[in-house]
Amino acid sequence: MKKFAIALAICLLTPQLAMAGFDDTINAATAPIATAIGALVFFKIPIFGADLPLVVLWLVIGAIFFTFRMGFVNIWGFKHAIELVRGDYANPDDAGEVSHFQALATAVSGTVGIGNIGGVAVAVTVGGPGATFWLIMAGFLGMSTKFVECTLGVKYRNENPDGSVSGGPMYYLSKGFSERGMAGFGRFVGTFYAIGIFIGALGIGNMFQSNQAYVQLNNVTGGMFDGLGWLVGIVMAAVVFAVIIGGIKSIAAVTEKIVPFMAIFYCFFALIVIFMNFAAIPEAVSNVFTGAFTGEGVAGGALGALIIGFQRAVFSNEAGIGSASIAHSAVRTNEPVTEGMVSLLEPFIDTIVICTITAMVIGTAAVANPGFAGDATGIAMTSAAFEGQISWFPVPLAIAGMLFAFSTMISWSYYGLKGWTYLFGEAAVGQTIYKLIFCVFVALGCVVQLGPILEISDALVFLICVPNILGLYVLAPIVKREMDDYMVRIRSGEIRRFKNA
Amino acid sequence: MAEVFVVAVDGSEGSERALQKAIDLAKATGVGLTLAHVIEWSPFSFHTPDELAMRHKRREEELERARDAILGPAEAIAKAAGVGCETVVKHGHTAEVLCEIAEQKKASQIFIGRRGQSKVGTLLFGSVPGSLIQMSPVSVTVVP
Repeated sequence: MKKFAIALAICLLTPQLAMAGFDDTINAATAPIATAIGALVFFKIPIFGADLPLVVLWLVIGAIFFTFRMGFVNIWGFKHAIELVRGDYANPDDAGEVSHFQALATAVSGTVGIGNIGGVAVAVTVGGPGATFWLIMAGFLGMSTKFVECTLGVKYRNENPDGSVSGGPMYYLSKGFSERGMAGFGRFVGTFYAIGIFIGALGIGNMFQSNQAYVQLNNVTGGMFDGLGWLVGIVMAAVVFAVIIGGIKSIAAVTEKIVPFMAIFYCFFALIVIFMNFAAIPEAVSNVFTGAFTGEGVAGGALGALIIGFQRAVFSNEAGIGSASIAHSAVRTNEPVTEGMVSLLEPFIDTIVICTITAMVIGTAAVANPGFAGDATGIAMTSAAFEGQISWFPVPLAIAGMLFAFSTMISWSYYGLKGWTYLFGEAAVGQTIYKLIFCVFVALGCVVQLGPILEISDALVFLICVPNILGLYVLAPIVKREMDDYMVRIRSGEIRRFKNA
Repeated sequence: MAEVFVVAVDGSEGSERALQKAIDLAKATGVGLTLAHVIEWSPFSFHTPDELAMRHKRREEELERARDAILGPAEAIAKAAGVGCETVVKHGHTAEVLCEIAEQKKASQIFIGRRGQSKVGTLLFGSVPGSLIQMSPVSVTVVP
């Protein structure tokens, strides 16, 4: 009853704040913050006429390094990852524990979000068709980064007295550095990461999602919700509240089940739209390649396209951010490498498959009908590309967008929570306070416009890559040793295969 | 190795009748019983990260509840009737796991109760005895 009283109080109080111009007030207040944070995180160095943000360079170099250091695990590990997900190596005696498939599905529904639909449109608008090529490259290289971080997440997790587990970058950073005699520094970067993931959870994993879901809803209903961002926000916040605080598992269970089907549904219709524009396919594909290397019409040329592509890819698949390793830590396995292997499928599904498909929908639409989207950007642009071929599609797309946004918010609420409990301990009261803050930000996300919000959430997420990748470099030899040892035992048959032998 | 019957136990009335039938037959023929309870679970289901983190603890709780509330009373009934028995609890697809247990224990027969559900119900949700009959490596006795 108490929970409902709190919910009611929030619902009653917030509209009072929503006087005319509330949206504008928030926008005016957040814009300078966004600019300041953005300038700090995306410190740019001018190079060959393009502005290269150092943090993107940091991510790209990291991803390339881990790809080579792990001997192209993103290629040879792929088959084994599928076998693991299929359950070939699952011991029947462990039935009832979290399976590899479940860990992957949960992590994927955390990453497959609005970024796959709207973020790609942003990438193609700013970086031209060539950004798609670099998006795919970034997805490919990101598989290795993901492998390293998820292996470490399992290896260095904490098992709580109540049987639950807490893992993720804050744990491997602090423990890993401490093992190498840098305990103080480890504690510092662990704490820094925890703060970053907490704030990031409120941005990329929360406000950005609810904002884009609102934009799409408003767009599809023909502007019915103009200026009613606060109302949509409150409804969304109430549903999130019901799941993460009210413990209404059924809502979460339903979304978690629907999201994978939505993803398949989305890809299916996207492919149909692409083939309906079949005459435009060759030109759209060639635009991707020429754009990637010549960067025609893009600020900063080919390098500009590369930067945008990489930036959007990371924003979508989260490789290098370390968030997925929090979800993967929950799997009860004696072999950390298995979770790493499974996780390398995430950038593949998220970026190489889903983002590329979205990019092709937009690319073919742009070739067939230049200026199809008017001045629409983000998810509205993707929606317009679909609408050109299937007039009713914006409606299911809006529903899919809402569900993607919702599942991403649920996953990120957990990531942020783990950052919070790392900082403040596992006490139940603290956890509830965090969850309340999270709900408030869901509502807030719907009243701020895309510009400043995207800048803030981008910046914060990229910021935590810095300590995370630093830790990955230091701990890479440990991952390499684990991986080699594991593969020796797989080949010798010491690790038993239970199915499809 | 002594002969064994596997009895599917889930605490329902149907499973009690199946247990009774198995006890009667086991006593008459001097066969031991394996009381099996399966917790329906799929490795291909979807969960929130929070549920994943709590999964190990939940699993322990589920196993404990199954032992205390379902297998314990059934075992007591069998023991009181003077039939030797052991218990097994596992997660998985009910019919599949029952077959696995039957194979492991080299059982000669599986006993299972039924709910007596309607045609529509069976069409929609299937029935455990129904799939067990199709899959089982040994004879299955479905007790009404």
